[in-house]
Amino acid sequence: MSRTALLVLADGRFPAGGHAHSGGMEAAVASGTVHDPASLEAFCRGRLHTAGLTAAGLAAAAATGHDPLALDDAADARTPAPALRHVARRLGRQLLRAARATWPCADLDHLAHHRPGGMHQPVVLGVVARAAGLPPPEAAHAAAFDSVSGPATAAVRLLSLDPFDATAVLARLAGECDAVAATAAEAAERVASDGVAALPAVSAPLLDITAEQHAALAVRLFAS
Amino acid sequence: MHLDHPVTLPQRHTYSADPHRPDGSPRALRIGFGGPVGSGKTATVAALCRALRDRLSLAVVTNDIYTQEDAAFLRREAVLPPERISAVETGACPHTAIRDDISANLEAVEQLEQALGPVDMVLIESGGDNLTATFSRGLADAQVFVIDVASGDDIPRKGGPGITTADLLLVNKTDLAPYVGADLEAMRADTRRQRKDLPFVFTSLTSDDGIRPVAEWVTERLAAWRAGATR
Repeated sequence: MSRTALLVLADGRFPAGGHAHSGGMEAAVASGTVHDPASLEAFCRGRLHTAGLTAAGLAAAAATGHDPLALDDAADARTPAPALRHVARRLGRQLLRAARATWPCADLDHLAHHRPGGMHQPVVLGVVARAAGLPPPEAAHAAAFDSVSGPATAAVRLLSLDPFDATAVLARLAGECDAVAATAAEAAERVASDGVAALPAVSAPLLDITAEQHAALAVRLFAS
Repeated sequence: MHLDHPVTLPQRHTYSADPHRPDGSPRALRIGFGGPVGSGKTATVAALCRALRDRLSLAVVTNDIYTQEDAAFLRREAVLPPERISAVETGACPHTAIRDDISANLEAVEQLEQALGPVDMVLIESGGDNLTATFSRGLADAQVFVIDVASGDDIPRKGGPGITTADLLLVNKTDLAPYVGADLEAMRADTRRQRKDLPFVFTSLTSDDGIRPVAEWVTERLAAWRAGATR
């Protein structure tokens, strides 16, 4: 495996459309829930252990080589909010576009062919990690980190928060990110014997609700 | 099943910079319109649509900063049927969406082409930004940068990538020059110095046919694009 491939994939500048999404941060800022570094950290911690864990499990399973179409169905089952399904597929399409140019291979062409409307982003992330030569735990790491890095960047733009504070939040969550990725990777190892039910299915109902409300706003900075 | 070319073409930056669509037909020419807030990008796009829509199949992608106002304006003005106008959200970073991470814009362009059938030209309007905001060559085949005389007649002298490198520079709102004390001759001299051999036009979209030089330039680009795409 190339550790640098993981850095390329997890870089916030990887051109896969993530910069236009706040991971629920815009709604959280609008409601006053997130207003300073401490509340940013609480938000990110919550997202990491819910949406982040679920995404990391899906990514690790896809990176293992399990059927991405079945995993996409499993992702649908774990994403009750229509707005978030829509966002996940859109980000999946955009990631796939960038990845097909970055790590061209038949597996990625297969996804584009079978789900032209897009697959859930964590599933695509896992297949991309595999194409980049990364093992499942690294795919889980990328997904777990992605679940907090996007909202933290968005908070800097939305609150004019000190960027050093936001980055320090990510650094403080590093250990928890590692633990979430490890849990997700272990669950993915059980998919071969127990099926997709072995994967984490943790949801964050408030994120689901605010995502629906945010999607209906006429004036907003972020697409989600 | 043939999905794509097995070898990445040398000039190809992304999976949609190929000048042909999967069925082998040429894709639409994509022209980007960038420039500072309020310089007249939306008015230019609207005027171009009115001037060219009877002759060409057009579509528009707008990049708004926090609303869909530009797309709504173009729909309200009925410069094109609503299904030919699409809006992209940019997460507070309009330049990122046209330069550093073009995926959402590429997707919008391709969805328009898929939904509408053959399209001759897609006009991609950037969100209002600064003098350094340029389009990636992976997104736009050519770019037009729009500034205006009312924002200060020293802007051409200041330069920046938009002014010096865009394929066409518009210096807009010349009709306002007497009211804001802008020295058009100085602007023209500065612009010529900055642009060297690249073309520029001074425009006033409030006058009849003010868009004509831009429409002519765009039409020439389309002819050149088609000649190149069918080679």
